Amino acid sequence: MIPSTFSYKRAGSAEEALDLIAEYGEDAKFLAGGHSLLPLMKLRLAAPEVIIDLGGLSDLSYITDQGSYVAIGALTRHHDVEHSELLGRQVPLLAHAASKVGDPQIRHRGTIGGSVAHSDPASDLPAVLLALDATVVARGSGGEREIGIGEFFQGLFETALEPDELLTEIRVPKPASGGWSFQKFAQRGLDWAIVGCAVQDGRVALVNMGGTPLRATAVESALAAGAAPADAAAHAAEGTSAADDIRATRAYREHLARVLVSRALTEANSRS
Amino acid sequence: MKVDLTLNGNDITADVEDRMLLVHFLRDVADLTATNIGCDTTSCGACTVLFDGESVKSCTVLAAQASGHEITTVEGLAGNGEMHPVQRAFHQEHGLQCGFCTPGMVMAIVSLLKENPHPTEEQVRTGLEGNLCRCTGYHNIVRAALAAAEMPGEVPA
Repeated sequence: MIPSTFSYKRAGSAEEALDLIAEYGEDAKFLAGGHSLLPLMKLRLAAPEVIIDLGGLSDLSYITDQGSYVAIGALTRHHDVEHSELLGRQVPLLAHAASKVGDPQIRHRGTIGGSVAHSDPASDLPAVLLALDATVVARGSGGEREIGIGEFFQGLFETALEPDELLTEIRVPKPASGGWSFQKFAQRGLDWAIVGCAVQDGRVALVNMGGTPLRATAVESALAAGAAPADAAAHAAEGTSAADDIRATRAYREHLARVLVSRALTEANSRS
Repeated sequence: MKVDLTLNGNDITADVEDRMLLVHFLRDVADLTATNIGCDTTSCGACTVLFDGESVKSCTVLAAQASGHEITTVEGLAGNGEMHPVQRAFHQEHGLQCGFCTPGMVMAIVSLLKENPHPTEEQVRTGLEGNLCRCTGYHNIVRAALAAAEMPGEVPA
């Protein structure tokens, strides 16, 4: 499979990337690791006229301790998140979840910023960042701004980013406790999750249970009211709109959500 | 567009379409046909090569992205007529049936052993999640990876 024709531009810096997106506008797409966008382009589900390759922006690949939070450059690869000693110590949920994305080859190329900006509800890290209550930093012609992760995902492949904005950093607050868990159910190791669940400090987020990654608010309310994990998990499918597709029926996904949330809450409790 | 990269230690420059995939560049431009196209959807790993020393699926990388970088295919592993330890291990353990997945398996294992020189069997199995063998000949492939880790000689490509 071969993508439709496009013009390839390589950005040497974030400023150059912003100049290029200003020049080509909505005909252009940023390419980070390419492991979400290129498969869509090969299937001709996406056909941008211009590709702006961000692969050379090594200054956007970093993981640094900022006191109350950990700053992660948008071009940081899953492989580097997985093996980060700092994240392993301070945000183990994120390092662990990164180790479950795709397979080693995918983790060598895919980036955290690319995964978030792509806004695929079946991706692992967007839901994980919801559970971590992260903040996204975007840079555009109007300067830099912060976007709360709860407002960032607006629909399937739709985010709060303006067309001329570049996602530059993800800020992950250091969790208050050790109570975390990540659960993922897939047919094969390298597959997308049929359903997944991330838990951190009473926040519960779901992978692939709607058009965006979701907070399981009914579960969180039940927990806050003192419900036991198994009782709270019974609410996992409330407010979701899971798809019925070739991989699973909606009813099966709702069942999986309840099972995985129950397991996640139990594991998180055992760690806190 | 012009791409200029190091392929198996040699410089190669070619004028290609912007949309050309790395795997097509390797097979059709550089004439290195050991790297196979299996699923063409980032699933099977038959097209695995090393990109700056790390395993990637070359069906999901543009040739343009590889410009300025170092690519190694299975043709680039043997040196001075000597097979690479991972190749020797595949021979010794009979780590293949039809052979189609083999170049990708070998490259994935070279990358795996570079990151983790003495993996457990479980680490080899999870490390090969991105490579499918449609003959289901996994046992000997895993044995080959474990044998390669114990072989004398330099494992990294």
